[in-house]
Amino acid sequence: MTTKVGVVVFPGSNCEQDVVEAVDTIGGFGELLWHKDTGLGDVDAVVLPGGFAHGDYLRTGAMARFSPIMDPIGRFARDGGPVVGICNGFQILTEAQLLPGALYKNRGLKFLCQPTMLRVNSTGSVLTRGLSVGDELNIPINHFEGNFICSEQVLAQLHDKNQIVLTYRDNPNGATADIAGICNESGNVVGLMPHPERAAHPLLGSTDGALLLKGLISGD
Amino acid sequence: MSAAFDVAVEVSLRDGIADPEGLTIERALPALGFEGVSDVRVGKSLRFAVEASDEAEARQQVEAMCERFLANPVIEDVDISLSPAL
Repeated sequence: MTTKVGVVVFPGSNCEQDVVEAVDTIGGFGELLWHKDTGLGDVDAVVLPGGFAHGDYLRTGAMARFSPIMDPIGRFARDGGPVVGICNGFQILTEAQLLPGALYKNRGLKFLCQPTMLRVNSTGSVLTRGLSVGDELNIPINHFEGNFICSEQVLAQLHDKNQIVLTYRDNPNGATADIAGICNESGNVVGLMPHPERAAHPLLGSTDGALLLKGLISGD
Repeated sequence: MSAAFDVAVEVSLRDGIADPEGLTIERALPALGFEGVSDVRVGKSLRFAVEASDEAEARQQVEAMCERFLANPVIEDVDISLSPAL
């Protein structure tokens, strides 16, 4: 059966169609969901795409976490459903407290749009379950606020519970412990700043992002 | 009886969190001839009015707003000022 991936559109999202295309390319079926939806239908996984949800007013993700669809997404996540936040989606997941920490302005105060080399640090997440620790992936970033910040206690927990999913080889934004992506304790909720959907076809210069997204498609 | 209160909420980065914007401003000041400036921190301020039965209740409401929405306690601190509206 084809895996159906729901991709949430907030006012100001701008990567949703790229995610749908990428999901379709690797054999899944991408379907757009609207932020005012109060249910998720029959999707098997949810992606919060990149962009500027609600204009990033107040803080990135601060308004989006109160969109009606975030209630069913919270329940879906707690029931073990795969939920992935990419870039702005990651920021929304931290604001919604589905993931710990926060994303703050890049250390150099520059908007960064460039390929980055990532290292797989944990295979305990829905995105990395088909990969090996130490695998290197070439996937672009595109953000101003990707500097992951958390308390020392949270960082210790992320280490202890193997929740640091991806790290940067050359930290571009000042992120704590070179963190590019993390997951919750059970690994079904993942947030990452790089854009796997922009590295999902040879024409895009890398297909490494497809390796991550395939984790959503392959199922258990 | 309820009364209106003017509220000012100042949101700032928590101590210990690097503030690249503040640092950039701090480095720019000597070039303009302003020497001896240190500890520059950039934040934001929100101004609004609330209706409440008394000042304590108003403060309680604003604290709840800050905790839930206006600030992110992971990276930000808030300073709340409150006064009866004129």
